[in-house]
Amino acid sequence: MAAVLLVAPGSRKASNLQANLRSADRRELVASHGPRLTKYVPGSGRWARFRRFHRRHVSDTSGVHRDLCAEKPFIATCVALALRSPADSQLFSHPADTGDRWTPAMAESSLESSNMSCNSSRLMYPSRNHTHSSMPLSKQSYSVLSAFCSEGNIAQCISYINQEMSSLGFPALCNELDSGGDLKAVSVLNNMYELLQLHRRSLRALEELETEQLKSASHLEHLKLCNSRLKEQLEQSRRESTGLCERERQLQMKVKSLQNCLKNEKEEVQKLQNIISSRASQYNHDMKRKEREFSKLKERLNQLLIDKKDKRLAIEVLNYVGRSDGKRSLWKTGKTEARNEGEMYQTLLNDYESRQKELLVENAELKKVLQQMKKEMVSILSPRKHSQKGETIDDSLDLPGSENEEEVCDSSRETLELSCEHAREQLTNSIRQQWRRLKNHMEKLDNQASLVQNGSLGDNEVISRKSHEETVEKLKLEIQQCKDFIQTQQQLWQQQLSCPCDDETAALLNDCYMLEEKERLKEEWRLFDEQKKNFEKERRNFTEAAIRLGHERKAFEEDRAMWLKHQFLNMTPFLDRNKSQSALKSPEASEVTVAPESQYHNAFSTPKAAPAKIPSTADLYRTLRLLPDHGSPRSQPKNGNWQDSDVILSRDVSAKSGFLGAADCSIYSLVGTESSPN
Amino acid sequence: MNFSEVFKHTNQLCRVSPDGKYLATCVQYRLVVRDVSSLQILHLYTCLDQVTCMEWSSDSQFILCAMYKRALVQVWSLEQPDWHCKIDEGSAGLVSSRWSPDGRHILNTTEFHLRVTVWSLCSKSVSYIKYPKACQKGLDFSRDGRYVALAERRDCKDHVSVFVCDDWQLLRHFETDTQDLAGVEWSPNGCVLAVWDTCLEYRVLLYSLDGRLLSTYSAYEWCLGIKSIAWSASSQFLAIGSYDEKVRILNHITWKKLIEFEHPATVSNSKAVVYKEMERRHVGGCDDLTLHHQITLGGSLFNTQSKYEICPLPVQIPVVKPDSDRANPKVGISSMAFSVDSRYLATKNDNMPSCVWVWDIQRLRLLAVLEQTAPVRCFQWDPRRPRLALCTGSSKLYIWSPAGCISVPVPVEGEGSVGVFPICHQQEVCTPTVLVPLWALCTTLLA
Repeated sequence: MAAVLLVAPGSRKASNLQANLRSADRRELVASHGPRLTKYVPGSGRWARFRRFHRRHVSDTSGVHRDLCAEKPFIATCVALALRSPADSQLFSHPADTGDRWTPAMAESSLESSNMSCNSSRLMYPSRNHTHSSMPLSKQSYSVLSAFCSEGNIAQCISYINQEMSSLGFPALCNELDSGGDLKAVSVLNNMYELLQLHRRSLRALEELETEQLKSASHLEHLKLCNSRLKEQLEQSRRESTGLCERERQLQMKVKSLQNCLKNEKEEVQKLQNIISSRASQYNHDMKRKEREFSKLKERLNQLLIDKKDKRLAIEVLNYVGRSDGKRSLWKTGKTEARNEGEMYQTLLNDYESRQKELLVENAELKKVLQQMKKEMVSILSPRKHSQKGETIDDSLDLPGSENEEEVCDSSRETLELSCEHAREQLTNSIRQQWRRLKNHMEKLDNQASLVQNGSLGDNEVISRKSHEETVEKLKLEIQQCKDFIQTQQQLWQQQLSCPCDDETAALLNDCYMLEEKERLKEEWRLFDEQKKNFEKERRNFTEAAIRLGHERKAFEEDRAMWLKHQFLNMTPFLDRNKSQSALKSPEASEVTVAPESQYHNAFSTPKAAPAKIPSTADLYRTLRLLPDHGSPRSQPKNGNWQDSDVILSRDVSAKSGFLGAADCSIYSLVGTESSPN
Repeated sequence: MNFSEVFKHTNQLCRVSPDGKYLATCVQYRLVVRDVSSLQILHLYTCLDQVTCMEWSSDSQFILCAMYKRALVQVWSLEQPDWHCKIDEGSAGLVSSRWSPDGRHILNTTEFHLRVTVWSLCSKSVSYIKYPKACQKGLDFSRDGRYVALAERRDCKDHVSVFVCDDWQLLRHFETDTQDLAGVEWSPNGCVLAVWDTCLEYRVLLYSLDGRLLSTYSAYEWCLGIKSIAWSASSQFLAIGSYDEKVRILNHITWKKLIEFEHPATVSNSKAVVYKEMERRHVGGCDDLTLHHQITLGGSLFNTQSKYEICPLPVQIPVVKPDSDRANPKVGISSMAFSVDSRYLATKNDNMPSCVWVWDIQRLRLLAVLEQTAPVRCFQWDPRRPRLALCTGSSKLYIWSPAGCISVPVPVEGEGSVGVFPICHQQEVCTPTVLVPLWALCTTLLA
């Protein structure tokens, strides 16, 4: 892959080219162009040059499709050559060499696109043939010959290039007039720039075209695939269609045969029907004939029987019995016939009458039901009517009719017994009307209900849940009550059971029951007593302790009082400097500082002792603190002394507190508390 | 339920008198009359030959004994045992003999249906009625006994004659629009006469007493038609059973079809109850029994216990496929009967021979199906209350009532089967050798 790396710096589209450069291509190209092309080694300078040439060449052939094919092998050969001999790179030191060397390649490729320019370049360029021949020669000669421009042929080069340029439509590189003269740097540069631009553009176009080609190639492939698939499908469907055709043919054959069958069957049926009908008629005819014969025979037989005067045909009765109804039989006369007729009609009449009565009753009942229904309907509908009088037009339209109905209702009631046809019609009409109204109402209600259901489902749910909870609560309460009830019942029942029949045993059992209870109570009572005793003992101890404490306190008070008195008496301003005395005096001073602390010990304070001491402490305060404020007759310097002493005092207190220990702490605190109430 | 001892009889001839006081049985040529309550023999009459038909007169005064072979009829009186009457049809022959409703006339049908002879016991008069038709039910007395309708065939056309029973005067005579009339039947109130055609044509014609055609009903064509017909006691419904295994009920006002009861092979009606008779053989260790034992115990071995079980629906009912090649195929509703209060209708479909269907007429739906282990021979409603008795030819009697179903084993020695025979007010259970008065005794004992 060195080739890729080598190509990369020179061309932006090296990467693209890389893709295109199939190794096979490369080899082929080398094979075809190799002999004619000299080696090329990449290098920034060389590449730039190469590019320039290349671009020009591209510009030549831009817009031609074949250009792409031309460029690819061109670069490919470069790469191939580079791969072959990296060592040769040194030999390409001369720019002219490269130019010279590349010309044929360019010319060769351009030949494919435009013969005209190619031919002209060949003609114009004398060294071409020479170069061509020397190409497969040694590297030395190659380096010299491959240059396009040398010191000697500058003018030629210029003119050639100028010509080339002008033919390509670029502005002239030099003045036409002085053909051998100097180049116009500006125009050369412009041209170069133009060429570069062109080259770039063409590269871009190339790139696009390549991608296009790639795309189209893939598309082609895809299409090919599709094509093959479709072909397969086509084949398959063809097969299927042929199969189906075959089947259809078979089915049609079948249908045809079945139709034939059907026709045959129909014919058969027709035939059979004909046969049946003919046979039936024949049978009926025969039957009739036979029956006639039969009846004739019967007739004859009857005649014979009568004629024969059959002696056996007789009735022997001992004596005739009377009729079951006791009447005597009557002679058959027209009268009896008439009577029979009358009786028959009488029975029929009776039957019809009874049936009519039944029907009447039934009718009356039905009418009653109808009336009742109507009444109920009216009663249901009337309040609604009033409420909706103004609401809907339909109702207002119906209203006059409904008023009529009222009348009809009354009239029909009147005529109910008469069962007049007109009244009946009215009744049924009014019922129908009412029924329609009711139906409408029901439908409306249904709609409303559905609306409500759809609209406020959530509300309903909430309500239902609430109510549900309420009911649950209620039910729970009820259950509790029931449980209680059951329990009490059970107890009662048990009691009832525990005292079975006679009262004595019941009492005994009851006593047993109570005894246990009593025992338990007694036990509890004993425990309670013991506790009580304990409490009593404790209480006594406590009181004793309290008394003792009181005694102690008293002693202490006394002690303290004495001590205070002594203190008070000893307390003089002059003694302040005395360290030992000040140390003794420290408690009073400390009181100020300790006071807040002493409040912790409030619990231990006894209120009895306090009142006596309050004035003394107050005095102490006053004497200690307020002396300087009040402006005592004492002099200033003393003041300073006080301060000093104060400092000392505080120090002493701290020393003393540590010295006194825990036991005395209580004493101080007691004092402290005395001050706090104030 | 109590049972009397076993009485011998022949030709299944045993009848309870219409007033329910007497029981007449025929043994060969002897007629035995017993008192029902005491079962003591009251009278013993001797006929001239083996009796083939016996019938009580409506007032329970006379007994008619017919000997068809000899074309003889003998009448015996209960009040005067020495009174006798003998009617000889002579060479005309005799195929049927019956009392007229007044109990003073005897109607004899001669051979070949040449004529019907009406003999009077009150006078020496004889009347002949010509052209009677030989058919399913060619002669029917109205329930009140005043009229008799007779099917006739004249000039290859069907006619119906209505006579007044009092003096045998022809009241009406009319031609009917039938192909081949099969039967006539009065409605219980005696005002409507139902006439139905042969099974080849489904057609019912309803005539008023005065001969007017009230209505014609035809359910379908071409197929085999009507097999049986039954009036409800209230004359309100006319049930028509046909070969298509359906019962159609007509109403008495419009004479249109009220409802159609099908007899499906699968009962899936959730409101119907299917009682299935389950037989349980009394196996007492057959291995131990010797042959001798088995022979002696044959009767008891035959006796099996049975009881009804209510089957969960749907129930498949055994159906016998009829032989279509033969005439009168065993398919369709062959017998129907309304209960005395017209509330229930019992039907039997011939291709479901072991089933009796009970329908509720008030609600017009199937009420119960009784599936027996053996084919049902006949069934009969209690003349006083809605109870249905049926027998299957086994030694058991089955009774259905709206409350349920029971099977009653009849104590029969030896082989025998039970039959139910209708009589005007009572019914009785009979075997070829056994007689057990049923309703008369049952009603008093069970009440």
